[in-house]
Amino acid sequence: MTQVDITSTTMDGMGPHGTKVGLLRVLGPAHVWALGVGIVLVGEYMGWNFAVGKGGAYAALIACWFAGILYSCVAMIDSEVTSTVASAGGQYTQAKHIIGPLMAFNVGLYLVFAYTMLEAANAITAGYLFSVVASMTGHADALDQRPFIILVIMFLAWLNYRGVLATLTFNLVITAIAFIAIIVLFVSTTGLVGSGIMEHAALFEGHELPYGWIGVLAAMHFGLWYYLGIEGTTQAAEEVRSPARALPFGTLAGIMTLLIAATLTWYVCSGVLPWEFLGDGVNGSVAPLFDTARLSGSIALVWLLGFGTLFATLASANGCINDASRAWFAMGRDKYLPGWFGAVHPKYRTPYRAIVFLVPIALIFALGAPLDQVITFSILSGLLGYTFMPLNIILFRRKWPLETIKRGYEHPFHPIPALTLLTLCAVTFFAVFLGYGTQLVAMIGFYIVVSLWFHFWRYRFVNRGAQFTMPWPKPRGY
Amino acid sequence: MAHYQPPKQGKASQLFDVVVLVVLTVGALFVPLWMGMAGAAKSVATPVANPTWEALGQNEAQSAKYEALGYTPETAHDLILARFDYSFSVTALLTMIAVILLYYFLILRFSEVEYREVISEKFGE
Repeated sequence: MTQVDITSTTMDGMGPHGTKVGLLRVLGPAHVWALGVGIVLVGEYMGWNFAVGKGGAYAALIACWFAGILYSCVAMIDSEVTSTVASAGGQYTQAKHIIGPLMAFNVGLYLVFAYTMLEAANAITAGYLFSVVASMTGHADALDQRPFIILVIMFLAWLNYRGVLATLTFNLVITAIAFIAIIVLFVSTTGLVGSGIMEHAALFEGHELPYGWIGVLAAMHFGLWYYLGIEGTTQAAEEVRSPARALPFGTLAGIMTLLIAATLTWYVCSGVLPWEFLGDGVNGSVAPLFDTARLSGSIALVWLLGFGTLFATLASANGCINDASRAWFAMGRDKYLPGWFGAVHPKYRTPYRAIVFLVPIALIFALGAPLDQVITFSILSGLLGYTFMPLNIILFRRKWPLETIKRGYEHPFHPIPALTLLTLCAVTFFAVFLGYGTQLVAMIGFYIVVSLWFHFWRYRFVNRGAQFTMPWPKPRGY
Repeated sequence: MAHYQPPKQGKASQLFDVVVLVVLTVGALFVPLWMGMAGAAKSVATPVANPTWEALGQNEAQSAKYEALGYTPETAHDLILARFDYSFSVTALLTMIAVILLYYFLILRFSEVEYREVISEKFGE
């Protein structure tokens, strides 16, 4: 008999015990799916193709599938823990209850930076898309992309400021359109309807593995981009009506959707675009699905994938603002950051100060750094977060075994997913080291400095016992 | 354990904390860029004078795609021939591993100390 049943009628949907400030509970499983897939689907529209550049087309496919295994482990582990931690902040709140405050502070920053950098990358892509459309419709000079980048970030921040239901309903619609656009492109170009234009054998000839097997390892770096952000579903924990059921369902449905979309995307793009062009996301193919449509000879496909790319970037940036602001808000509420950020809007019930504060941060990166550097910054923050997850689930099961807290979802074969995830994270660290080692060390250096700052300065402002807000029994071993 | 009462933080101190975080964040990305240490620069090891599609290693199907994308052998030269350099020193690899392990050791150790305080106060020992 379990001591605590978080999935019971009385406890399902409850806020964190002792929390004075709560967000509005209005979301269902479809919104959770839209939040996860909405953030990530842009990874099929841009960015994943850097994996082709790092190792060739086959290497990108292998990276796609191994990254898929990595994220399946992430989704399984996350679903179990989140189904018992119904509070804003996602993995930050998990770390706070399971490992400790400093880990939680770091995880909170991973989330904020992974999402804010992803948002910046989305805005850069949207700006690029506007410039391409302008040149296709007869604009003679190069279009200044900066006003569009600023407008995208400001508009979506305003939408998030106004309310979560409208924001994620907007995401649901545009994500569905972007996903359907990939399916239509696949059906139209592979010969399922009409004549196909795929030339995999001819395009791969002589370039099967241009860097050899080390290129396959290196490709894992950007292989993460196919799925990065699916873990963001947990940020909605305090705003879903039924966290114990909706979060596992939405997250696992999301990763299945993305596995399909990623494989279709690789197949279509690598069968039409030469690998050197496809693999250079700065000087070559910034938006590979859109470029594939351009070579299809169909004007309708060009428009469809143009809108698909735009919608995917908007949906992703929208979800990123939602997630980054929830993590920042949750840290402010706990005084890990200045308490001023822990405020909820009196009318819209959104974390409005966190939303507004992160706008200029996103703009600094969107306007001042190249796309691959912004993506690498986002991937590194995500990777540090994934490395935390195996430690998190192992300690969760040890401190609160299955018989002490009933979960909404129990992931199978523990600890195999945790060990698999840890191994794949180690491989990905090496992949990032190949070519982007300086950024890796700079990033870890940053987290070491802020960790010391938190432990020796910031933590004095934090209430000790009040941080533990879940209605759980005392952990074993303490 | 005695209940810990945190000090109240003034507005100026809150603002200072935010500025510190923002400066560190921006620095982490931009300092490597400004110092020219950001990796991933691809380079052309052996340029081809008067390039043709054949000289660039492109077969008929591949060169047709480049032409459809608006490239000529001259404009596609750097795009096609640029490569990453994956050579690395064992010392650099060991340094990276040491930095990552140090980081996780540091946060797990400090977190454990803080966590014991939290549990002790929460569950009233």
